[in-house]
Amino acid sequence: MGASAIAPRSASRHQALPGLGLTLGVTVVWLGAIVIVPLAALALKPWELGAAGVLAALSEPRVLAAFRMSFGGALAATLASVPVGILLAWAITRYRFPGRRVLDALIDLPFALPTAVAGLALTALFATNGWLGAPIEAVTGWKVAYTPAGVIVALFFVALPFIVRTVEPVLRDLPAETEEAAATLGATRLQTIRRVVLPALAPATVTGFGLGFARAVGEYGSVIFIAGNMPMVSEIAPLLIIVKLEQFNYAAAAAVGLAMLVLSFAILLLLNLWQRRLRRGQR
Amino acid sequence: MTVEIEKLVRRFGHNAALDGVSLALHPGEFAALLGPSGSGKTTLLRILAGLDFPDAGSVRIAGTDVAGVPARLRGVGVVFQHYALFRHMTIAENIAFGLRVRPRRLRPAAADIARRVATLLELVQIPDLAGRYPDQVSGGQRQRVALARALAIEPSLLLLDEPFGALDALVRKEVRRWVRGLHDRLGITSVLVTHDQDEAMELADRIAVMDRGRIVQFGTPRALLDDPQTAFVAGFIGEANRLRGEVRDGWLEMRDLPVPMVRVKGRDGPVEVFIRPADLLVAPSPRRHGCVEVALVRPETESARVVVRCGASLLDGVAPTQVGRILPGVLCDVTVRRLTVFGEDGAREDLHLVDAPGCVGAGASI
Repeated sequence: MGASAIAPRSASRHQALPGLGLTLGVTVVWLGAIVIVPLAALALKPWELGAAGVLAALSEPRVLAAFRMSFGGALAATLASVPVGILLAWAITRYRFPGRRVLDALIDLPFALPTAVAGLALTALFATNGWLGAPIEAVTGWKVAYTPAGVIVALFFVALPFIVRTVEPVLRDLPAETEEAAATLGATRLQTIRRVVLPALAPATVTGFGLGFARAVGEYGSVIFIAGNMPMVSEIAPLLIIVKLEQFNYAAAAAVGLAMLVLSFAILLLLNLWQRRLRRGQR
Repeated sequence: MTVEIEKLVRRFGHNAALDGVSLALHPGEFAALLGPSGSGKTTLLRILAGLDFPDAGSVRIAGTDVAGVPARLRGVGVVFQHYALFRHMTIAENIAFGLRVRPRRLRPAAADIARRVATLLELVQIPDLAGRYPDQVSGGQRQRVALARALAIEPSLLLLDEPFGALDALVRKEVRRWVRGLHDRLGITSVLVTHDQDEAMELADRIAVMDRGRIVQFGTPRALLDDPQTAFVAGFIGEANRLRGEVRDGWLEMRDLPVPMVRVKGRDGPVEVFIRPADLLVAPSPRRHGCVEVALVRPETESARVVVRCGASLLDGVAPTQVGRILPGVLCDVTVRRLTVFGEDGAREDLHLVDAPGCVGAGASI
């Protein structure tokens, strides 16, 4: 009875935090200007070709191959960066060793480095006469630069920091007590890692995977130098967009762009749902 | 299960967290390690659990030296301070963990595990929470889960590391009694680490009081209260008035509280005197010129707690009779029923009471 007497008459008129109108307004204008309007343009442009034209533009063998390269390469590179990223995060959070801070800073380098510089460096490194490319070819006979493998190497390079940086804080916050509890309950070190540590890292890993994957799919600068860009073999979808633009085929370029957007969005949405399932029950 | 600890030493750098600790526990006993933070009690617990290893000394559990036995093979249940539950597992999965990680030939069948988990949930009185996650239940419930998880492996020894610290005061008291009841039913040898003397006094059969890496006294709560062996125990356990004094020619002298006629058998020199509030009786002076002044009175059901000013000291005492006449500012007589004297080295001195006349009296029970 007392509660109803003191409840505010109109909840909407007495906000505890003022400023909703201003902040929401700024957000909407900003979002509209840099996200929604350009995306809407991207979504509208392809239909100049008509539905059949869009379908034809997208089902060109060269376009499909580029999609396979971009999404397949990004998937492979991000998957490969998951175990490496977790190990790196483990090393910099769990151990104290000389050069730890340097390693810590180096991990962020792909964020800071102009992607073209990274691409050129990787190409020089993995070319058949490069420091790594030469021995790899001598031992295994594989070429890395100017092949799909080169694309994956470049994408691995850009996706890795996302895994490390999302897993690291969770690993740091994982109390030592939890692992000790597992040990007192009879778990071996391997069981502790498999059943206690990795599941605790899973939601963060999925988030990092999503971020790394999204970045890898859209990556352009570091890939085009090492990829060789052979149509049907090592050409990525973003490059194909540039090619179409250079041919003044704006609608086809927009169609490729829109398809990439839809695919990426669908994948990120699925990852997000998965991540939420993994986090179920946890605050 | 017996536990025998002998001359345990554990150093961290130059500091000795444990400095020659020996302790023997009876089977089925509930023991408490009580001491201020940094006294080494948690280190001792971790060594018992196999999570830390001593630099010297031995630990025998049920007669077996466990020096080289890793935590996972010790069969020692641990309830951690912050429970350390697995957040991504349901409560039932948490409790089943210790059974599921067993090597295949020792692992119970899934149905048996489920049955055991159900029994344990029943035992810790949270049968409805099996499917919840640790983040979805209260602190008290989490503690029950931690206990059930530790009990699932049928430990020979149960270690509790400040298990009630994270609970609020009301829940703590209730959970404490419930844990003691559970111990009495299951009869598992248990060791509780705590810095809260109330907790130790209420739960433990025997308490090991720790100070700077040593066990200074190990005994029943009663013995610690009535018969403290060192000044540290006398000051740490129970309430006590602490006074400086001096022994001259075998007689105790205290500047603030002139208790007459107490002979001290040890050497002459400065001493520390402890008087429990219950042993400092305050009564209205029949001659109306008592030698202590009442500073504060706190009524209790049948008597009153009184703070009196004696010289420069404020002392806690009790007024068992004529409570109504004891008011702040009134001069009173005090009788010391009992006191304990410790020499400069912290060791207890033997006392001998001669007589007790005068305004400040000494009772016959010293």
